[in-house]
Amino acid sequence: MNLNATLIIQLIVFLILGWFTMQFVWPPIVKALDERAKKIADGLAAADKAKDDLARAEKRAVEELRKARESAAGVHATATTQANQLIDDARAEAAKIIAKAREDAKAEAGVAAEQAKQALRDQVAQLAVAGAEKILRREINPQVHAELLANLKQELQ
Amino acid sequence: MATEHAADAPTAGEYIVHHLTHLNNVGAKQASIIDWSVVNYDTLFYSIGLGLLTVFILWLAARRATSGVPGRFQGSIEMLVEMVADQAKGIIHSAESRRFVAPLALTVFVWIFLMNAMDLLPVDLIPRGWQAATHNPHAYMRVVATADLSATLGMSICVLLLCIYYNIKIKGLGGWAHELFTAPFGAHPALWPVNFIMQIIEFLAKTISHGMRLFGNMYAGELVFMLIALMGGAWAVSTSGILLAIGHVVAGTAWAIFHILIILLQAFIFMMLTLVYIGQAHEGH
Repeated sequence: MNLNATLIIQLIVFLILGWFTMQFVWPPIVKALDERAKKIADGLAAADKAKDDLARAEKRAVEELRKARESAAGVHATATTQANQLIDDARAEAAKIIAKAREDAKAEAGVAAEQAKQALRDQVAQLAVAGAEKILRREINPQVHAELLANLKQELQ
Repeated sequence: MATEHAADAPTAGEYIVHHLTHLNNVGAKQASIIDWSVVNYDTLFYSIGLGLLTVFILWLAARRATSGVPGRFQGSIEMLVEMVADQAKGIIHSAESRRFVAPLALTVFVWIFLMNAMDLLPVDLIPRGWQAATHNPHAYMRVVATADLSATLGMSICVLLLCIYYNIKIKGLGGWAHELFTAPFGAHPALWPVNFIMQIIEFLAKTISHGMRLFGNMYAGELVFMLIALMGGAWAVSTSGILLAIGHVVAGTAWAIFHILIILLQAFIFMMLTLVYIGQAHEGH
């Protein structure tokens, strides 16, 4: 238990070792620790955010799916309506065409009948004139009796 | 044969005294209590060697320090750093001072632990090796630097100087002088001498107890190891020797295991007191 110059040297060594640690050991380790703490904090935050994002994306996917299903149903309904409409329209058109065709046919038939009647009338008038001519050969002068014949033809109509 | 050996062998007293004598520049036991012309080579060798080992280990960890995943070595040093940093943060409130004091505390913790741990080596191992290497059967060698009062008081006086430095730095020379004369009893002029004497006593007591505590613990520990070694050594000259050998093994094991606690505890206490004393220098009374 003696004191000697070892004390002074030990004191100086202590200061030098402390200085060395302060200069070369402490800062990099503390820096690394702080950085790691920050990294971990960031990582945890990122994980939380990712979880949130995932939840939101899932929700959106469900929403989109629902919308898609709804719009598909809408399209189906519209298509059905349209198809029905088309069929109805086609039916109406067809009916119209048929009716018109019928009418045309009827009209055509009427005209033909009229013509036939007309022809028949002409022929009847001619036959009547021819018959009368044959009967009245001499007495009837076509030029004189043209008015008469025309009146007769008029009456037959 | 046995009697011859017994005649050659040192007595118990000689053995202990030999083991407690430093290898110094005088070559013999220091005569006076205080002699500034004497230097203990063994203390300096082990303290500087282990000090370099300390900063080398810490530097290795610092060199590899990244914010990535730490290895086991890295992690263990980081745990130490965190522990010291936490303690320093709780005790010293000036971040500027912590830049030096916290690394100093880390260094002193690891350093004192290593110096104390030399106590766990067999007491005769290194001294005998040294005697064989120098061909001098009487060569002196003490391996536990912290069992040298010069070393421990050197460190505690270093802490005292730092306390004075921070007292002046934080409070100013005038502020500190004011505190020296007015604390702890009050500012009345009649109390100035008492205050001043109390302050001086406080500084002396802190410093001496700081160094003495570590020294005493390690010195006593070393002495117990020597006594245990003596007990085993008596095997050769005693008829009931085998019992002494068993006693040596049992007592040596028990004391070594207990001593692990002591060397760690003393290193921690020295570090904490370093922080506390320097922290006190930052606070007014």
